[in-house]
Amino acid sequence: MAESKQVVLRTEHLKSFYILDMQGTQKVVKAVNDVNLEIYENEIYSIAGESGCGKTTLLKTLFNEIVPPQRLVDGKLYYRINSEEVDVTTFSAEEKRKLRMEYISYIPQGSMSVFNPVIKIKGTYEDFIGSHVEVKNRDEIFAIARERIQELGLPKNVLDVYPHQLSGGMRQRVTIALASSLNPQIMIGDEPTTALDVVVQRGVIQMLKDIQKKLKNTIIMVTHDMGVHANIADRIGIMYAGKIVEEAPTEKIFDMPLHPYTQFLINSLPKFGDKTMRESVPGSPPSLADLPTGCPFHPRCPHVKDICREKMPETIKVDAEHKVACWLVEEEFNG
Amino acid sequence: MDKLLEANNLTKRFSQGNVISRAILTAVDNINFYIKPAEIFTLAGESGCGKTTTAKMILGFEEVTSGQLLRNGEPQTDKEKAWITEGVQAIFQDPFSTFNPMRRVDAYFHETVYNFKLAKTKKDAIDWIDQKLQLVGLTYQDVAGKYPSEFSGGQLQRISIARALLTDPKLIIADEPVSMVDASLRMSIVNLFKQLRDELGVSILYITHDLATAYYVSDRIAIMFRGKIVEMGSVEDVLMNPRHPYSKLLRDSIPQADPNLRWDSRVTLAELEHEEYSRKGCRFAGRCPEVMDICKTVVPPDVRIDDVFVHCHLYEELEEA
Amino acid sequence: MKVLRDLFRDYRFTVSFVVLVFIVTMAVLSFFSPYDPTLWHVVPRDMPPSSEYVMGTDSNGQDIFWQATFAVRNSLIISLISGIVSRVIAILVGMIAGYKGGNIDRVLMFIGDSLLVIPLFLIFVMLAMMIREHMNLVTLGLMLAVFGWAWDARLIRSMVLSLRERDFTMTAILSGTGTLKLVIREYMPFTTPLIFSTLINNMSWAIGLEITLAILGLVNLNIPTLGTMLNWALFYQSILLGRWWWILTPVILSLLVFIALYWFSVSISEYLDPRTRIQRVGA
Ligand SMILES: Nc1ncnc2c1ncn2[C@@H]1O[C@H](COP(=O)(O)OP(=O)(O)OP(=O)(O)O)[C@@H](O)[C@H]1O
Ligand SMILES: Nc1ncnc2c1ncn2[C@@H]1O[C@H](COP(=O)(O)OP(=O)(O)OP(=O)(O)O)[C@@H](O)[C@H]1O
Ligand code: SF4
Ligand SMILES: [Mg+2]
Ligand SMILES: [Mg+2]
Repeated sequence: MAESKQVVLRTEHLKSFYILDMQGTQKVVKAVNDVNLEIYENEIYSIAGESGCGKTTLLKTLFNEIVPPQRLVDGKLYYRINSEEVDVTTFSAEEKRKLRMEYISYIPQGSMSVFNPVIKIKGTYEDFIGSHVEVKNRDEIFAIARERIQELGLPKNVLDVYPHQLSGGMRQRVTIALASSLNPQIMIGDEPTTALDVVVQRGVIQMLKDIQKKLKNTIIMVTHDMGVHANIADRIGIMYAGKIVEEAPTEKIFDMPLHPYTQFLINSLPKFGDKTMRESVPGSPPSLADLPTGCPFHPRCPHVKDICREKMPETIKVDAEHKVACWLVEEEFNG
Repeated sequence: MDKLLEANNLTKRFSQGNVISRAILTAVDNINFYIKPAEIFTLAGESGCGKTTTAKMILGFEEVTSGQLLRNGEPQTDKEKAWITEGVQAIFQDPFSTFNPMRRVDAYFHETVYNFKLAKTKKDAIDWIDQKLQLVGLTYQDVAGKYPSEFSGGQLQRISIARALLTDPKLIIADEPVSMVDASLRMSIVNLFKQLRDELGVSILYITHDLATAYYVSDRIAIMFRGKIVEMGSVEDVLMNPRHPYSKLLRDSIPQADPNLRWDSRVTLAELEHEEYSRKGCRFAGRCPEVMDICKTVVPPDVRIDDVFVHCHLYEELEEA
Repeated sequence: MKVLRDLFRDYRFTVSFVVLVFIVTMAVLSFFSPYDPTLWHVVPRDMPPSSEYVMGTDSNGQDIFWQATFAVRNSLIISLISGIVSRVIAILVGMIAGYKGGNIDRVLMFIGDSLLVIPLFLIFVMLAMMIREHMNLVTLGLMLAVFGWAWDARLIRSMVLSLRERDFTMTAILSGTGTLKLVIREYMPFTTPLIFSTLINNMSWAIGLEITLAILGLVNLNIPTLGTMLNWALFYQSILLGRWWWILTPVILSLLVFIALYWFSVSISEYLDPRTRIQRVGA
């Protein structure tokens, strides 16, 4: 990849919490807690992390769709629109709507429910695209849609069937086709291959890669399958308790994980032909409403030191592309 | 050999469509398998190949079109649902719809404890629930008083597992119980399954797409394709040395957690999936790299090689006498 | 009480609540009436409103205000009987048909659909003519109830039908919950708004139908209801003769009842709507 990469999406100290009112007492779930990201043009950035650590919340925040009880508490979110960086957190609902599909699109978790069960796929396409494309007649929309669908190796007639007539894998691919139909700069996918068998998953990954290559755009996605990460991602961000604790190019994450949590993640992967006991991370995930002090991983970390219990480690750059937030690494690199 | 559960020529047909164009879809087509006590049996395969339908038939939520389910060697009748709730529990595929969005999730725990008289006092009940929740890395505090919308997908999945464990069942039907949790939690859940099997003698029907954990945790496996079991045997035989062309494709499509082992070939997916269901001969014939003429017209036999069943013409001559 | 506070934020609820309180107070006042509503010529005839006769008197020599209190009470009783009885039928039929399915479903829905396609109004007219002598509040209420459940049963059935397919039904069964409890605990929260709004709609419908039947003279005209009051007022040509107080009292009361019931139902069902409720639960 070229040296000077264009940043298309950038966040500064992004904080997005669920603020709940429970019988008078306020409860704050810190699901996205001080996240700094720089996502480049023409790359696939994927996020891994424990279940419930805030990945979906982060994606929703990046998509700039925040509905109560979720709130944007602090921080900035910049998109690069027409080679200019703009802070989109202040946009009005109408301005946000305009960016959707055309600039940034979203494939939600369990995206099978995207489709209205009683109307044909065509109808959903019309709903999503119709409000963006200035067309006199609907035929033009479908010409675009049909073209895209064929390019992606789906049968032409999928537009004319009802969602329940398609299998899960098919629906997932149609959702992806839909999300990419207006050639957005950024596509966000929340576990787009969960619930698919490995063959179909491979097809979906293949399709995502094809789209990305063709449009030279950016894909940000979440998945739990480390194999998928290894296959698709250019860079990986590891999230733990609302924070990005490690970020590096894919090879580095797999070959040289630095954060203890990442190490667990990589080492817990089962391998064929090896039935020996695999350890999972000890202890249980922290409650985001009641975070431990210092490094949020400290109660489960085998290398914990005194300072870990007191202070949150800064994110340090191990090299140009590898960032980690851990005291262990901090000491090793900063003496 | 005692079999906890046995399926004999189990078949399920759905009629789809409206009055004008009615199509019959054989979602589960004459399958045979059994589960022994204290065994983890994996059912894997294509999305939409009939795994959930099989699970629902075992649970009595879907009527059996033909064939039989035997438990401990005796036919399971519709009337004997009692066994189902006490002896068999289930974890459903979609954690987002496992619990009623209008009810607090802990209500299901208390109801189960109450209905099965698992505790005498409120405090005992909470202790019991807490103990099961801790097995999946949660506590009663985490769950009490909350609605499903307040949890992430993986949290719901774990809550659902804890609920299934409440009655100390003999058989757990786990329909993709780890699809939405991270690699590390996945391991702790399958390790829990192992522990249940080894220490308490629980059997598990593990339905999954994750063949790596299937290999790690289970004893035997059946690979399904479009309603048929195409290959069945011990995980070592089936996953380490797949024989059926679909099993091979499946095996090759497992993404390797190593960026140096990215795929360099491409896959072709079925264009019209329903067509494959109504294919005359082998249902994989349309995509099979080793297809022969006979495959297109004649239904392949169940061939037995060592202890593995393969549903494929390729191995016909090899059949043991 | 948070519920009420939330509800009163909606002006439609506040307005309809106030009007309904007023209507119900009127109905209650009937118990304190100095006159027997069935007796004629207890007061001077055709007096305009005055301090003695708040809303004047009619040509039968009855006090219109006190007569109206009975009318409101009786109309409400008819509509409540109709509303509640038909709701019970609709819930039972809808839930059984939806949950059990199969032949039971087919039979029940056949009966329901038959009720929907026959010209109801003609049937009412015929029935009313046949049982004119035995026509009282209860028979009229029941008659309306027997014919007023079909559509709502269908709505409840289709709701249960889709709820039955949701996984949480299976979770509940596996938790050992019996059918009755299951339907009540799992499905009621979804159907309550529907049941409630159809209850109110059915009540308005019953009041409206009673008025129609009364104007046609097909009910017992000696029982004061909003309908029979109108019938008498029209019979004595109160409009032509300028006795506006006589005709306007039942007309305005009916309109108030209709509007109040409508807003009441809309605001409450919006509050109870599962979608907004889930949001509020999360909020
Ligand atoms: N509407 C809500 N109200 C309150 N808390 C919420 C809400 N939605 C999510 N949360 C909490 O916020 C945290 C992060 O949730 P999120 O859905 O972002 O997790 P995730 O990382 O996507 O997990 P998964 O991998 O399981 O999907 C969780 O602890 C969850 O309980
Ligand atoms: N109630 C139903 N009516 C008609 N067809 C159905 C019904 N339920 C399932 N099917 C069909 O039966 C087939 C098998 O479905 P099933 O849910 O058992 O698949 P699965 O193996 O669990 O797939 P997945 O891996 O996606 O969960 C599918 O083609 C599905 O469309
Ligand atoms: S900062 Fe400390 S506790 Fe946190 S991961 Fe690093 S070593 Fe472990
Ligand atoms: Mg998520
Ligand atoms: Mg399934």
